[in-house]
Amino acid sequence: MTHGHGEDHFRDLDSAPGDEREEFELAAGVRGYLLGLFLATLLTAISFALPWTNIIWKPGIPVALVVFAIAQMGVHLVFFLHITTSPDNTNNILALAFGVLIVFLIIGGSIWIMNNLNRNMLPGGEQTQMQMGH
Amino acid sequence: MLGKLSWDAIPWHEPIPMVTSGVIVLVVLGVLAWIVIGGHLPYLWREWITSVDHKRIGVMYILLALAMLVRGFADAIMMRSQQAVAFGNDGYLPPEHYNQIFSAHGTIMIFFGAMPFVIGLMNFVIPLQLGVRDVAFPTLNSVGFWLTATGALLVNISLVVGEFARTGWLPYPPLSEATYQPGVGVDYYLWAIQISGVGTLLTGVNLVTTILKMRAPGMSYLRMPMFCWTSLASNLLIIAAFPVLTATLAMLTLDRYLGFHFFTNEAGGNMMMFMNLIWAWGHPEVYILVLPAFGVFSEVISTFSSKPLFGYRSMVVATMFICIVSFTVWLHHFFTMGAGPAVNAVFGISTSIIAVGTGVKIYNWLFTMYGGRVRFTTPMLWSLGFMITFVIGGMTGVMLAIPPADFVLHNSMFLVAHFHNVIIGGVLFAAFAGLTYWFPKAFGFTLDEWWGKAAFWFGFIGFYVTFMPLYIAGLLGMTRRLQRYDYEPWHVWMLIAAFGTAILFAGVACQVIQLVVSIRRREQLRDVTGDPWDGRSLEWATASPPPVFNFAVLPNVSADEPYWAIKQHAREQNRLRPEPEYEEIEMPRNSPTGFVCAFFATLMGFALIWHIWWLVALGFVGAYATFVVFAWRDVPEYIIPASEVARLDRENRSARKEALATYTGPM
Repeated sequence: MTHGHGEDHFRDLDSAPGDEREEFELAAGVRGYLLGLFLATLLTAISFALPWTNIIWKPGIPVALVVFAIAQMGVHLVFFLHITTSPDNTNNILALAFGVLIVFLIIGGSIWIMNNLNRNMLPGGEQTQMQMGH
Repeated sequence: MLGKLSWDAIPWHEPIPMVTSGVIVLVVLGVLAWIVIGGHLPYLWREWITSVDHKRIGVMYILLALAMLVRGFADAIMMRSQQAVAFGNDGYLPPEHYNQIFSAHGTIMIFFGAMPFVIGLMNFVIPLQLGVRDVAFPTLNSVGFWLTATGALLVNISLVVGEFARTGWLPYPPLSEATYQPGVGVDYYLWAIQISGVGTLLTGVNLVTTILKMRAPGMSYLRMPMFCWTSLASNLLIIAAFPVLTATLAMLTLDRYLGFHFFTNEAGGNMMMFMNLIWAWGHPEVYILVLPAFGVFSEVISTFSSKPLFGYRSMVVATMFICIVSFTVWLHHFFTMGAGPAVNAVFGISTSIIAVGTGVKIYNWLFTMYGGRVRFTTPMLWSLGFMITFVIGGMTGVMLAIPPADFVLHNSMFLVAHFHNVIIGGVLFAAFAGLTYWFPKAFGFTLDEWWGKAAFWFGFIGFYVTFMPLYIAGLLGMTRRLQRYDYEPWHVWMLIAAFGTAILFAGVACQVIQLVVSIRRREQLRDVTGDPWDGRSLEWATASPPPVFNFAVLPNVSADEPYWAIKQHAREQNRLRPEPEYEEIEMPRNSPTGFVCAFFATLMGFALIWHIWWLVALGFVGAYATFVVFAWRDVPEYIIPASEVARLDRENRSARKEALATYTGPM
């Protein structure tokens, strides 16, 4: 829906979800997606090929895979989810940061809590030992 | 054909639910008959049920909340009276019924009382305060509301057909697993919460988008009213936390329906994981409720002190601080489950830290009042009552945050007193403050002050008389959820608490009388200008009730307090701003999508509870088809001609001009 006088203003700042840019260029868009697809495929192919070659020192392969996975995430964010550094994107960046933080807190916290609980509630755990010491 | 459903599902032999539900069914049928015979149905369908106007949806949310608050209060009366009489005997409620009552009380009050009230206020107020015409996704808004209503309906159906959960308001396994709860009670809980949870999540997405993307020209983030800030934080929490609830309950559902072992005692399940996950949602949920409440108090205190909010920026920082830190405290709900001292200490400290954010706010409100011309209206009384009550609740909360103290107080009546202290003193007081404050905006007349103040004093005193004894009973070792007890020293406190409930009942009665009296006296109480309280934010810049498009021309925001700046300018110049050039306005068309979708969701939920699989398929296909039909609509908007916009706006301008001419107050 449009907003009378406010319409121009919204377009100046940034666009609402679903709003189409007027100066949107189809060719540039397609090029971006193709480049992204190429990079994503390349990174996937390298990850699968790597364990079969001797380019990298064998014990270092897991680390290399982690690096490629993170690069893959970067490719997805930039080319498919269009997270960029433009001022238009502040909201998206903040939303992403917030989401990552919350996921980290809940998953990290849960692993820590449940692990601590499991160790503590076993016979001979931290608390039991303390009680037995007294 | 009908799954587990048969005539045995209706509790014929239990007089209390049968009489209650009989009366409710009669009342509902009576109202329906009045609507149909009186010919009100087309009006209701056109103007309310299919409405996508954020103001109407907000009002409907609050109506739902008020109805559910009454239902939850009825449960509360039964619990308090049971505990008052059940000393040394069984009282009048058998254990399995008593257990359903406390479970239903918590579920209804949180999910269908407090949540819809808060979401209703946000829905109504946010677009008006931001100076825009509607929320970002108006039809989605309607879907969200009706799905919430579906959840409320399912919980209330459980009163007549089948039973409700006997597990408490959070269905802790292994008690809630199929082995120990073979009936449909927990299933009612699961599907009601899942369906309304979808609605809440949709609303969260909608309101965050609205606040981030749709603000009047010149309304930068730091010019948004405090209520918008706290609502933003609250809706961010909804988006982050509600998926956790959905996933957790989905796992319990898999356990119950398909024999999975997520939370069972055997086969590798871990029931403590349920506690962990449900509270990872549950604690943010507390702040989802109370942050908008803080926003309401900020608006009310600033308006009725005739001063800008003190320390606006510190308030913004405190709000966002609470928003993040609320995700780091959840373990304090289960300190006693057996984690080591390191874990308990970390969460104990983070819990104490989160109180700092609220402390900052309390001082901000105090300094906002300091030196101001405070008007002691009903909303202001609720706000003052809140500040006193919430500080007490906050301090008992910090006590509970100390792990060693929690080992003594865990699951005691002290805990019950604490969370009622913060939820009633915070959320419910804010709901009533917000109701009285924004009522004239919604309906065009103010609420009767005398009955409003009576409701406040009964509510305020009734709260203390009910819940302070529970603190003492808790310190005397009384645990929560007791159907009967034999320990004499608790009895007197239960009697006092029951007396307090009677005072609260008088408060509820005053609220109802206030509504009736105000509607009858509406001509005397008429709010002609649209600014009855000498307000400071943009919702007071338009007529009461606002036209469907809210603002004839989107206001230009050029100061921290948008409407106050406009008004001061008009007072100094002694004239309104020149009449703008009116243009036609496009508004979204009403749509039955939400209602139809919720209709099918109700069928699906009911069928899932009773294992009627063909009806599940029918409900799902129906809901999906509704969505597809909506997605393929041809004409999404209609046009309000410029002449109509001009007519409505000129009406309001002439009222404001008159008010301005007779204005004698300070400049």
